[in-house]
Amino acid sequence: MDAYDKLVPSPTPDTQPYWDGLNEHRLRLQRCADCGKVRHYPRPVCDACWSMNADWIDASGKGTVHSWTVTHYAFHPGFKGDLPYILLTVDLPEGVRMNARARGLAAADLRVGMPVQVAFEAVKDGLTLPVFEAA
Amino acid sequence: MSLREAGAITGVGETKYLRGTDRTPLSLQLEASLAAVRDAGLKPSDIDGLIPYGHGAVAEDFITNFGIRDLRLSATTPMGGASAVASIQCALAVIQAGICRHVLLSLGRTGYSGGRIGTRVQQMPQFRVIGEFEMPLGAIAPAQLYAPMARRHMELYGTTSRQFAEIAVTTRQHASLQSNATMRTPITIADHQASRMISEPLRLLDCSLESDGGAAVVISAPDRARDLAKRPIMVMGVAEGHPDSPSAITQRPDLTTLGLAKAAPKAFAMAGVTHGEIDVAEIYDCFTYIVLCQLEDLGFCKKGEGGGFVENGALGLNGRLPVNTHGGLLSQAHMAGMNHIVELARQLRGEAEAQVPDAEIGLVTGYGDMGDGALAIMRRA
Repeated sequence: MDAYDKLVPSPTPDTQPYWDGLNEHRLRLQRCADCGKVRHYPRPVCDACWSMNADWIDASGKGTVHSWTVTHYAFHPGFKGDLPYILLTVDLPEGVRMNARARGLAAADLRVGMPVQVAFEAVKDGLTLPVFEAA
Repeated sequence: MSLREAGAITGVGETKYLRGTDRTPLSLQLEASLAAVRDAGLKPSDIDGLIPYGHGAVAEDFITNFGIRDLRLSATTPMGGASAVASIQCALAVIQAGICRHVLLSLGRTGYSGGRIGTRVQQMPQFRVIGEFEMPLGAIAPAQLYAPMARRHMELYGTTSRQFAEIAVTTRQHASLQSNATMRTPITIADHQASRMISEPLRLLDCSLESDGGAAVVISAPDRARDLAKRPIMVMGVAEGHPDSPSAITQRPDLTTLGLAKAAPKAFAMAGVTHGEIDVAEIYDCFTYIVLCQLEDLGFCKKGEGGGFVENGALGLNGRLPVNTHGGLLSQAHMAGMNHIVELARQLRGEAEAQVPDAEIGLVTGYGDMGDGALAIMRRA
């Protein structure tokens, strides 16, 4: 885990709670503290009511497949050993989507609307990434 | 007040397109710009407005190299591959306002010899959100970010990889007729289907090139354009459009609709032409699927019908809508769509190397970043 050579996020004060949540194996989503609209990715202003007040909720962790790609070419050397890998675009019941790698799923089995469940992978000290597996 | 016919293309220029150079982007951009100015019959110092493509030469470079004494506009239109066409709108606006007479749009890049796309996008501010939330997962390059759009289209509408191949094959056919294209050997649908997978469903031959070179366009006030060297190409309609969730495709309500869908009705209404009157279309082709999607968003067919629209050579010189007659980003060179504007002007002047007979009205689109779009409709004057 020390020789981690992939791209890593640079969280800001607006986004840090999301990454802290993953480290605690919680999928957290930002929510407008005034009108209650859930938004992702985290950002300073609610586009529904323009409030800058936000809090965080724990997502259910459930989702359904919206789309996907299977990558066969490494655009960064750190990902070469993972090829091929599946990137899922997932609809969350909270009303937003997220991207994550698939774990234990076969590309041939993927379908729009297929139910999936979030899981967590600690990839290096202080960094946990979300993954989706069969629900 | 409308921008209809507020400006005309009076000069176009390109460098030799290459895959491998030791020249700087600045040198390539200035060479193409000089060619465009010369094509118009102007002196470089006649330019009084500059809209260079982002990440390249800046106004100071042109003032210094061209001896411009009274530059009146230095602007950029940061929309990735939609920038070049979007800058036509900007140019027309400043010409109509009386600020400028001759605006130079220009681009120079070493996309092959310099930093490749997977590295470049990590440094672009418009990719900041993706950089934090998607690149660490391994979703880094446009091929990976756009592939889920194509996959969703296939799942919803039954679009196939062979239909993407039709676009690659026709575009290469057009490139084979060009003296200045980097990929001129014709390909077949079978070649496309055998090309290696990059990020499913996108194969190598669905992806555009990485190229070295420069391209430039001069847009002039109509009253000035009449006295210049070449037949002016009048801009009839122009608009830009930004998609919902422009910085994260993942969050876009409809993955299969681009910003161009917002621009197209505005530009067609401004131009006052119908789709049937378009003789030639230069459509931004970073990926085959993006051409197919834009044909729908432009209104040439309904959403979901793009696959059927492109079949049977429909986009060829003798097809129902000749598209990317220069070979596009897929086979001529990746000049971020500036080469598409150059080609449209040449088609409407009647001086293209793969000429659509008697082309009178045409359009050019830009597509960039993660869905920004722009459209210009032009006619020969």
